[in-house]
Amino acid sequence: MIRRAPVGLWVAGVAMAALALVPAIYLCVRAAEADADAWGLLLRDKTWGLLGRTLGLAAAVTGCAALLSLPLAWLTARTDLPGRRLWTVLLCVPLAVPTFVSGYVLLAAFGVGGALEEPLTRWGLPVPPVYGFPGALLALTVSTYPYFFLALRAGLQSQDPAWLEGARSLGLTPARAFFRITVPLLRPAFASGALLVGLYVLSDFGAVALVQYDAFSRAIYVQYEGAYDRSYAALLGLALVSVTVGVLALELWLRGRAGYHRSAKGAARASSPVLLGRWRVPALLLCGAVVAVGVGLPVGVLVYWGVQGLSVDSGPMMGPAWNSVSASMLGAVAAVVGALPLAFLAVRYPSRLTVALERVSYAGYALPPIVLALSLVFLGVQAVPFLYGTLVMLVLAYVVRFLPQAVGVVRASLLQLNPHLPEAAASLGQPPSGVLRRVTAPLLRPGLLAGAALVFLTAMKELPATLLLAPIGFETLATRVWGATAEGRFAEAALPALVLMAVSTLGVGLLVSQEGGSSPS
Amino acid sequence: MPLLSLDDVTLRYSSSGTAAVDRLSLAVEPGEVLALLGPSGCGKTTTLRLVAGFERPNSGSVTLEGRTLASPGAFVPPEQRSVGMVFQDYALFPHLSVVENVAFGLTAMPRQEARARASNMLKLFGLEGFESRMPHALSGGQQQRVALARALAPGPRVLLLDEPFSSLDSALRASTRMEVRRVLKSLGATVMLVTHDQQEAMAFADRLVVMRAGQVEQVGTPEAVYATPRTAFVAYFLGGTNLLPGVGFGNGARTLLGILPVSGAPAKGNVLLSLRPEAMRLVPDTDGVALGGALRAEVLAREFQGPSAEFTVACNGLELTVRGAPDLPLRAGDRARLEVVGRAMVLEDIPD
Repeated sequence: MIRRAPVGLWVAGVAMAALALVPAIYLCVRAAEADADAWGLLLRDKTWGLLGRTLGLAAAVTGCAALLSLPLAWLTARTDLPGRRLWTVLLCVPLAVPTFVSGYVLLAAFGVGGALEEPLTRWGLPVPPVYGFPGALLALTVSTYPYFFLALRAGLQSQDPAWLEGARSLGLTPARAFFRITVPLLRPAFASGALLVGLYVLSDFGAVALVQYDAFSRAIYVQYEGAYDRSYAALLGLALVSVTVGVLALELWLRGRAGYHRSAKGAARASSPVLLGRWRVPALLLCGAVVAVGVGLPVGVLVYWGVQGLSVDSGPMMGPAWNSVSASMLGAVAAVVGALPLAFLAVRYPSRLTVALERVSYAGYALPPIVLALSLVFLGVQAVPFLYGTLVMLVLAYVVRFLPQAVGVVRASLLQLNPHLPEAAASLGQPPSGVLRRVTAPLLRPGLLAGAALVFLTAMKELPATLLLAPIGFETLATRVWGATAEGRFAEAALPALVLMAVSTLGVGLLVSQEGGSSPS
Repeated sequence: MPLLSLDDVTLRYSSSGTAAVDRLSLAVEPGEVLALLGPSGCGKTTTLRLVAGFERPNSGSVTLEGRTLASPGAFVPPEQRSVGMVFQDYALFPHLSVVENVAFGLTAMPRQEARARASNMLKLFGLEGFESRMPHALSGGQQQRVALARALAPGPRVLLLDEPFSSLDSALRASTRMEVRRVLKSLGATVMLVTHDQQEAMAFADRLVVMRAGQVEQVGTPEAVYATPRTAFVAYFLGGTNLLPGVGFGNGARTLLGILPVSGAPAKGNVLLSLRPEAMRLVPDTDGVALGGALRAEVLAREFQGPSAEFTVACNGLELTVRGAPDLPLRAGDRARLEVVGRAMVLEDIPD
């Protein structure tokens, strides 16, 4: 077999994997250097409080998102709800709202000086509490329930209608069949949804910090900003990483070994939709209410403050916009180029080692962004001071952070490439270089461009790493929204937030269209 | 001298696992169509890929026109082998038009000449007018012919076909097979193909190689292999058969069906015999009609197959498959008389 990868590919792959690991390793080194005082600080009650608040928020958001998503997924996937397709799209729109924009929306609507605070008080209506736990819960539930919704919908759609029909023919009522067949079979979907939402909440920085809820990520930032000794911040970061890894391990352990595949071959028939009858109006009201909070509120608040902003001087926009674009562009190209050797090794030369290298590149995902940024700050200051405070450092952070995304896209396009095509080219007389130039590269190009676009759009709305690693005076759209919101200048944040939401919508659209291509909807 | 030969070739995918191809030797004569036939997992596609250069043998050698393509010390990469390959999924380049696909291997020629030759190849396969189409706009049969034209265009010394007709629907398969064979024969091409379909192999090939577990089970013309299977495996795989034990005495053997004339290896002692379904005849058992040498049998099942019908009958403690006319008025439960009209083959297998 021709299974030996070229040496150059190995070198590049190992280098990328090493780069992905550096922040995690350095964090450990830094924590090991911490003196007894810092460890003492870590083990006191305050840390346990942080842990409790962080896990509590993750559990609460996951639970709320699950409870909200199950009826929504069922209504849009299994019933004759009018406008099912439109509702599905609208219910996914909150995916496009970065969490710090969600936080901004809450504060700019109901916070001190918010758009709705004064009218609500005037009419004697209660103003929803937006600071602390309620605010974080609301902002993150709205931002994350679509993950659950999509997972459950996919789960519902992949269920063979024959299962439900079998249950009915064995004498179960529709309601009992739903709870005894449909819901238990959704277990993998619940697990993957819970994992996505839980990890998202654990690593979130934007919403938590803006509504001033003392979870790990905010505490790390406050510690980094305010304290002289940053070792304690490193220890807190390590603690957060341990929690994240613990959740991942728990999920691996819980993942049932039962296979929930359809037993028969051939295409599954579409099940005939459940007729809602008189439940149609409440169902529409539920969907409408969720869309009103998830889409209507952000758009309304942004437009309101955007119009307000026209009258006051909200500062130049072009500078931050250009900074966002250039840094994200560099990050996207670097991430995709870096992903190429890893994906090539794993797909074309599969072995335990190459697969391990590919997995290692996912380290950037396991590391919450605030921790990743902190580790790179330490590294920059100590190891490469000539790079610290330059754009290179920020681009490196983007590469480590978005490498998994890039590897995923490149991997998918490589897997879609029929391995017989390069073989056919070789048997027609093309040397390896000709195969690459005439067959592999032209066929991969669209996938690589899509991957770069995806990373670009995601990097545009990245906040914590940009906040900690951008060169001094290098303001991006994201840091502009952050800074202005933190100081209550809502009008100033509206336009950049609107732009980011648009960019982010494009990114989600791209992601959905990519996934739509590989799996039947 | 054979054009292509494999000598003692072994390939293991992992150092500890069983061999996908196990000390395999075979030879292909110039201008011949050779079919590798066997169940899935028998190593036939791996053999094809060894010849193409996509796999590297652990031991043994592959030789084409006296040139060593692969041996323990040497390996010629696929692009330098002059071996054409048609993949099971055709592997047409999706970003190139039909004529660009066919001209892909003609890099040594000037562009105009390459296009002209590609057009000629397409004409040969009845595809004129399709030059500028993209592969996805072709039917399965058309894609297959483009793949053939592409593989043949550079003038390979050997053409390899991997399950070439398996993706076509059955109505199209027989006519395509005949047409493709005609074109390949008119070009004098040397062809090695892989198939698991015995009918296809017998209709398409000049010679068959029946493979099992990475080894050659039997080689010969389709007629010879069908008429004189060496082993029960070959007899079963080619057309289906009945196996019965017997005691041989030269050109005959004593069996539960009486004394049967045999051919193949000389029968001596305990032997295993193959009796084809068409080597027996069934007639309805109407009382009073005495048939010389006929045995009493009971019909257990009948399966209608169009031009014939297949009956499962119980006879003298044996369960036999017998082919009969489709209008034979016998149904499950009927009594019948069974007559052996053909010869039984002595197999090399030892009866157990």
